[in-house]
Amino acid sequence: MRFVTVSGPPSSGKTAVILKTLEHLQKAGQKVGVVKFDCLFTDDDELYRKNGIAVRKGLAGALCPDHYFVSNVEECVQWGLQEGLDVLVSESAGLCNRCSPHIREVLAICVIDNLSGTGTPKKIGPMLKAADVVVITKGDIVSQAEREVFASRVHMVNTKARILHVNGITGQGSFELSTLWTGAEETATVEGKKLRFSMPAALCSYCLGETRIGSDYQMGNVRKMDLDLPTGFKTDGGPQELGPMDTGGES
Amino acid sequence: MSRQLETLTVEAVFARWPFVQQQLADNGLGEIADRPGARLAEFLDTDQLDDLDGFIDVMEDFLGANEEKVSEVTITGGRAKDGSPEPVAELTVKVGEVICIVGPTGSGKSRLLADIEWVARGDTPTGRHVTINGQVPDDKWRFSAEYKLVAQLSQNMNFVMDLSVEEFLNLHAESRLATDPEQKIQRIWNWANELAGEPFALDTPVTSLSGGQSRALMIADTAVLSSSPVVLIDEIENAGIDRQQALDILIREEKIVLMATHDPILALMGDRRVIINNGAMQKVIEPSEKEKANLIELRALDEKLMGLRHRLRMGERLDEI
Repeated sequence: MRFVTVSGPPSSGKTAVILKTLEHLQKAGQKVGVVKFDCLFTDDDELYRKNGIAVRKGLAGALCPDHYFVSNVEECVQWGLQEGLDVLVSESAGLCNRCSPHIREVLAICVIDNLSGTGTPKKIGPMLKAADVVVITKGDIVSQAEREVFASRVHMVNTKARILHVNGITGQGSFELSTLWTGAEETATVEGKKLRFSMPAALCSYCLGETRIGSDYQMGNVRKMDLDLPTGFKTDGGPQELGPMDTGGES
Repeated sequence: MSRQLETLTVEAVFARWPFVQQQLADNGLGEIADRPGARLAEFLDTDQLDDLDGFIDVMEDFLGANEEKVSEVTITGGRAKDGSPEPVAELTVKVGEVICIVGPTGSGKSRLLADIEWVARGDTPTGRHVTINGQVPDDKWRFSAEYKLVAQLSQNMNFVMDLSVEEFLNLHAESRLATDPEQKIQRIWNWANELAGEPFALDTPVTSLSGGQSRALMIADTAVLSSSPVVLIDEIENAGIDRQQALDILIREEKIVLMATHDPILALMGDRRVIINNGAMQKVIEPSEKEKANLIELRALDEKLMGLRHRLRMGERLDEI
């Protein structure tokens, strides 16, 4: 299974880009899935489901969303394998700018939009700097000059990334992005793999600088998603109180 | 690491790649410059050296950009939506040419333009191949920030930055590392004013330009400062801008102009037009002598309509036209 992590500031167009890109893979007969991580609320899972994409969602609630992500990512990968997916995408929203969900040896995408201002590439730090591919959206509504200035600012922050322009509405550029996804490395597990960037401090083992993935390395305030809820079960998707509670999954 | 930066002194690195000093300063490492005799490895860890190496790669590419000029782009036909071979087997467009692209909605115009932008190698749904100057092009055209084959100008585009015209052009020139930016900015501003008809000042905020002025500035700016050899235009509205002159400016700056349009005047202004349908280029036609003669009549009609528009604006009745 190919595993891809997608990050980006709120409203940058992550979901639209993922939907358009997966469409090409679905057309080619691939089985695709998404795990959507968010803080308090999301109904993007409905959008994915409507498009025939296997989906799970995890809401971090009162936990730090980055820690919540890394505490659950291995289980998500195993879920994807069980589902027999060809491509699994993790979509992380609500990350703070200090953070990045990108994992070494796992294709890392950062989605950022032209409207966010030329200062943004510097502001969002690790999630952009640690990405293999930077997808720039909303290029259809700003001038060519602004697109060029923006791309050059992205490039100054991350000199190595491939930069692609994708239109989340028309899908222009999404086919091209999909070829990079199918060309990604196979991932059988992320157990033992390392985050590209250590996470900011909170209240668990990762707060102390842990970067390894897997239950063995998790201590303190770790909460697991329930990926095995019965078919048809539906949660209200609301935020959860702080505590080791299950949340978010539905099928 | 290709350059063995870790073995070099700060002085040696700065002498060879002067832009490194600024890059280090931008990353809060400016104090490195105070110790020219020290080796770079004393300040930077392996990851940072690796990053710097990548940065030098990119800058060297960037600064050498003018060496290989794009003079023509060739599209080799693939297959139509129904799988049949594309009727136009090959289309070569050269610098200074204006090619119009016409066809109904959903006919595959966007895919053709996307194939060019992505420099297709038989790896897109159409199976087309695109070559530059007769060669299979480098990956850089696909993924880098500064080598974009196609610049775009469309009706939906707006300026979103809160800057004056001059500041805006400066910012663009800076990001392009343009030589002689002041002269270029003057040229853009002069041309934009000629195109727009209603002049604007260098200290006008870009967000308060009129539609015609914005379009004029975008065209002049793309012609002079954009690195992309191909300019894709999605219609040019016939308001507040001299369209023939706009095309002339792009040609003079040695661009290849592709124009998606259904406007008869614009379509006849092109050197050739490509007819798209069923996901494929059906044929390429050159304007006939008759069409060229009709262009004069169409322009007269157009002027008449513009005149009526003006009268409406002035509060007149259109009883007599």
